[in-house]
Amino acid sequence: MAGGSARDVDPAFLALPQRRVADAALERARSLGVQHADFRFERNRTQDLSLHDGKLDSSRDGEDLGFAVRVVHEGTWGFAAGVDLTPEAAVRVAEQAVEVARVSRPVNSEPIELADEPVYPDVTYVSSYEVDPFSVPESDKVGRLTEWSERLLAADGVDHVDATLEQVLENKFYADLAGTVTTQQRVRLLPALSATSVDRTSGAFETMRTLAPPVGRGYEYLTGTGWDWDEELARIPEWLAEKMKAPSVDPGRYDLVVDPSNLWLTIHESIGHATELDRALGYEAAYAGTSFATFDKLGKLGYGARVMNVTGDRTVEHGLSTVGWDDEGVQTQAWDIVRDGVLVGYQLDRRMARLKGLGRSNGCAYADSPGHIPVQRMANVSLQPAPDGPSVEELIGGVSNGIYVLGDKSWSIDMQRYNFQFTGQRFYRIRDGRLAGQLRDVAYQATTTDFWGSMAAVGGPGTVVLGGAFNCGKGQPGQIAAVSHGCPVALFRGVNILNTVREAGR
Amino acid sequence: MTPQETVERALALSKADRCVVITNERSEANLRWAGNTLTTNGQMRSRQVTVISVVDGASGTAAGVIARSAVTADTLEDLVRASEQAAGDAGPADDAAPLLEPTDGAAVDGWDAEPDETSIAVFAGFAPDLGEAFARSRAERRLLFGFAEHVLESRYLGSSTGLRLRHTQPTGKIEVNGKSEDYARSAWVGQSTRDFADVDVAALDGQLAQRLAWAARSVELPAGRYETILPPTAVADLMFYLYFSAGARDADEGRTVFSKPGGGTRIGEPLASQPISMRSDPTRPGLECEPFLTATASYGGLVSVFDNGYPLGATDWIRDGKLAELIRTRAWAAKTGAQPAPMIDNLIVEAPDATASVEDMVARTGRGLLLTCLWYIREVDPQTLLLTGLTRDGVYLVEDGEVTGAVNNFRWNESPVDLYGRIAEIGRTQRCLPREWNDYFNRTAMPPLRISDFNMSTISQAS
Repeated sequence: MAGGSARDVDPAFLALPQRRVADAALERARSLGVQHADFRFERNRTQDLSLHDGKLDSSRDGEDLGFAVRVVHEGTWGFAAGVDLTPEAAVRVAEQAVEVARVSRPVNSEPIELADEPVYPDVTYVSSYEVDPFSVPESDKVGRLTEWSERLLAADGVDHVDATLEQVLENKFYADLAGTVTTQQRVRLLPALSATSVDRTSGAFETMRTLAPPVGRGYEYLTGTGWDWDEELARIPEWLAEKMKAPSVDPGRYDLVVDPSNLWLTIHESIGHATELDRALGYEAAYAGTSFATFDKLGKLGYGARVMNVTGDRTVEHGLSTVGWDDEGVQTQAWDIVRDGVLVGYQLDRRMARLKGLGRSNGCAYADSPGHIPVQRMANVSLQPAPDGPSVEELIGGVSNGIYVLGDKSWSIDMQRYNFQFTGQRFYRIRDGRLAGQLRDVAYQATTTDFWGSMAAVGGPGTVVLGGAFNCGKGQPGQIAAVSHGCPVALFRGVNILNTVREAGR
Repeated sequence: MTPQETVERALALSKADRCVVITNERSEANLRWAGNTLTTNGQMRSRQVTVISVVDGASGTAAGVIARSAVTADTLEDLVRASEQAAGDAGPADDAAPLLEPTDGAAVDGWDAEPDETSIAVFAGFAPDLGEAFARSRAERRLLFGFAEHVLESRYLGSSTGLRLRHTQPTGKIEVNGKSEDYARSAWVGQSTRDFADVDVAALDGQLAQRLAWAARSVELPAGRYETILPPTAVADLMFYLYFSAGARDADEGRTVFSKPGGGTRIGEPLASQPISMRSDPTRPGLECEPFLTATASYGGLVSVFDNGYPLGATDWIRDGKLAELIRTRAWAAKTGAQPAPMIDNLIVEAPDATASVEDMVARTGRGLLLTCLWYIREVDPQTLLLTGLTRDGVYLVEDGEVTGAVNNFRWNESPVDLYGRIAEIGRTQRCLPREWNDYFNRTAMPPLRISDFNMSTISQAS
C-alpha cells in the first residue's frame, strides 16, 4: 500500500470485473506466444461546467470505461481496445492485439524490448485530496460559480463573466504477464473565471482571468484550501479597469521578472517537451515535433544559466502528473533534467530506456483513456528555487527598465522547441526598481537556450507556485494529459518584447 | 442491445419532460511510424451513450447531460436516472430551446441499419505499400515519419419528440513527413480520405522526394514581410481558426473581431475585395458530413444540446467577400431575432473562375516564399484575431517562377480576417488536410492564396 491520501479506491470501481477480464486477456496473449503483454482497465469520470454571465451555459458528465491489451509479439507492438467487460470479449481483444502486431510486422524494423522493472504484486495508490468532487451535488457547484460570477458582474467595468470548472476522477487497473498489478485513483480540478470589459464606443475590449492553477486536489480547492478565491475575485475588476486604460507597450528589449503564474508554461513548452526522449529520438517528428536537445547532447548541452536546475518528478503532492505507478507498471520517481545549467536527463518509458541503455525507466508512460496506447508523457517538470533566493519585491527592486509578467494566456513554440512567443494576463512596467502601472499589447519572444541563458536570478522557496495544465496534447491518435510545473519567480535580462497591435499591422 | 434498442429503451425509461438519446458506435484502426519503421498501432472499438434529460421548472428549462461508455441493458436505467438528477441539480440552461420535431426537416434515412465497423484490415493494401516506401527511403537515404488512421462513427439520435436519425461518418487521413538523414531538411504531405482506396503511397513519397530535393540549396533570410504563397493546407488551418472564432453570441456582446464598434456585428461588411466565399455544405462531394446536428454537450454559445437533430444545409459564412453569417444557436437566434446557423463539420473557401494551381502561382512569382504548412497556431489578440504560429516542413524560395531553395522557418503573426483584405491572388480550390487541426476538423477544401506582405515576425531555428 502506498499513496498520498487516506482515502480508499472507489468501491464501485473495485466492483467491476477488472481482475477476471485481465486474467482472460493475459492468459490468451500468453498462449499466443507473446514476449510481453499488459492489460489496462480504466474508468475516467469527468464533469465540465461552464457559466456565461452567471447562467449555466453547459454541463456535461462523462464516464469512459473500457480496457486495452498491449503485446509485443515477434518483436512488434500490437494494441487493441474493447468495451465489453467480459472474459470472452477480453480474449477476442487479446487476439486482435496479436493480429495488429502481425499486420504491422512488415513495416517494423526495430525489435521491441523493454527495460526491466521490479514486480509489484498487488499495490494501490490514491492521490492526495479531501473531497471527491463527484460527491458534491451539482447544484452546490453551479451555485458557487454563479455567486462568484455575480460578484464580478456587479463591479464597475465588468461586462461579461465566463466561469468554468473541469473535474476528473481517474481510476486505472493495470496487470502484466510479469505479475505486476496496480490499482490507482486520482482526482484533479481546473476552475477558472474570466471577466471581460467592453468599450462599446471604440470597440476595444480586454479580459482578466483568475491565476488559480489546476491542481491534483478535491473540491476543497473551491472552499478555501490551496487558493484564496475571495481575494483574487475582489481584485480582478480593478486589474481589468487598469488594463483597459493602460498604455500600449513600446517594443524592444526589456528585463523581465516572470511570475510563476506565467513561467510554468514557458517551462512546460521549452523544457518539458524538449526533454521528452521520444521527441529527441524522432518518434513525434511528424506531429508534436522533435527537440533541439538531441540525445548526443546529453551531459553537454548548455541549456541555460548556472542558476538553472530543473527536475522531473511524478511524486510531488497535488501534482497533476503525480501517480504511484505509470501505465507500464513502473514505480514513479524524481530525477534531474538540468543541473547547473546543463542537460543531464530525459523523460523515459521502458522501451526507450532499454533502447538507449539508460537502465530503469523513470516512469513516464501514460495513456489518457482505455482506448489509447501509452506513450511517454510529461512528468511534473519544475524549476528549482535558490535556497536563499530573493522575493518578488527584491527581484523587481533590482530592475531599472523592465516588465513584470503575471498569468499565462497565449502560447506558441516551434516543433524543435527553439522559438517561442507568450502573452500573459498582466504586464507591469518596472522603472527604477518599482512597478509603474500596467501595459497593454505585450508579447515576449525568445529562443529557448538564449532565454534560459539570460536568467540572472531565481527566487527563493517562498516564491514557488505549482502551476500546470489540463490540456497538454501529444501523440497520434491525439492524447491529452494533465501536468504540473513548480517554479519560483525569476529574472531574465534583455528579452525581446513585441507589441501585438503593431504585429497585426495596425 | 443494438444502438436502436438502446435509444428506444432509454426514451421509454425517461421520466423527464423531454429527452434526447444519442449513441455513438466508434471503431478505429491506425498505424504510426518514425524513421522508416513502425512505432505504434491499434484497433479500437468504443460505444458511448449520451442521455439529455430536459426538465421544465419555475425559473426555466434545464438539461441534464450524461455520457457513458460500456453501457449495458443492466446499467442503462442508472444512466437515464443520473441524467434526470443532473437536470434537477443543474438549474435553468442559458441555451434552452424547444426540442425539434420530425416535421422540422431532418431526413430519416436508414434508421434500422447496423453500425458500420472498420478494422486493421483497412490497411491490408496500404501497409505493404508503406513497407516499400520505407525500403525506397532507406535506399535513397530519406527518413519517413507519419500516421494513418481510419475511423467509422455510426450515430443514432432519438428524441421523445419523435426524432429518429442515423448517420455513419467515415474519417480517414494519412500524413507523411520526410526528412534527410541529418534531419536538416524536412517535407510534409497529407491527405484526408474516406476509405484509403484513393491513397497512393508511392505518389506521396514521390512528392516528398521532390520537396527534399528542392531543399538541397538552403538560403538564410531575415524576418520581415514577404510575398507568400499559402498552399491549401496552410489556408485550411487559418480558416478553421476563423470559423471557430465566428460565434454570433460573443460578437453581439462586443468581444470578438466580428463585433462592430458601437454595437452589433460586422455581418454585411466587406472583408475582401475579391468575390471569395467561405461556406459549409454537408452534401459537398468528397467532404460529405452529418446532415443534422448532434451535440453531446453545449459549448461556448457555438453549440447547444437543445438543437440536436437540426437539419444542416449549405451555409455561406462569407459570401462574395462580405461577412454573411456567424455561428448561432437556436436559443441565441430567438433572443436576437436572427436565424439559427449551427456549426457544420466541413469548410470550403472558393472563388468563382479561380483556376490557378500552386504550380501556376509559383510560375508567376518574381521573388517570394512558398509555404508547406503552419504549426502551433494560437490566438494572440482576439480584437483583431491576431494569430501566431510557425512555418513548418518546407519554406521554399521562389525566384523568377521557379523554386530555387529552402529558407529557414519563421514565426509569423497574422490575422486571417485581415488576410482576406490583403489577398493578391486566389487559386483553384482543392480538397486538403489541415495540418494542425485535423484531429478536430478533417474535411476542408481551400484555394492557395498569394499574400503580398505576410508578416514573418521572427526566425525559428527549427528545421
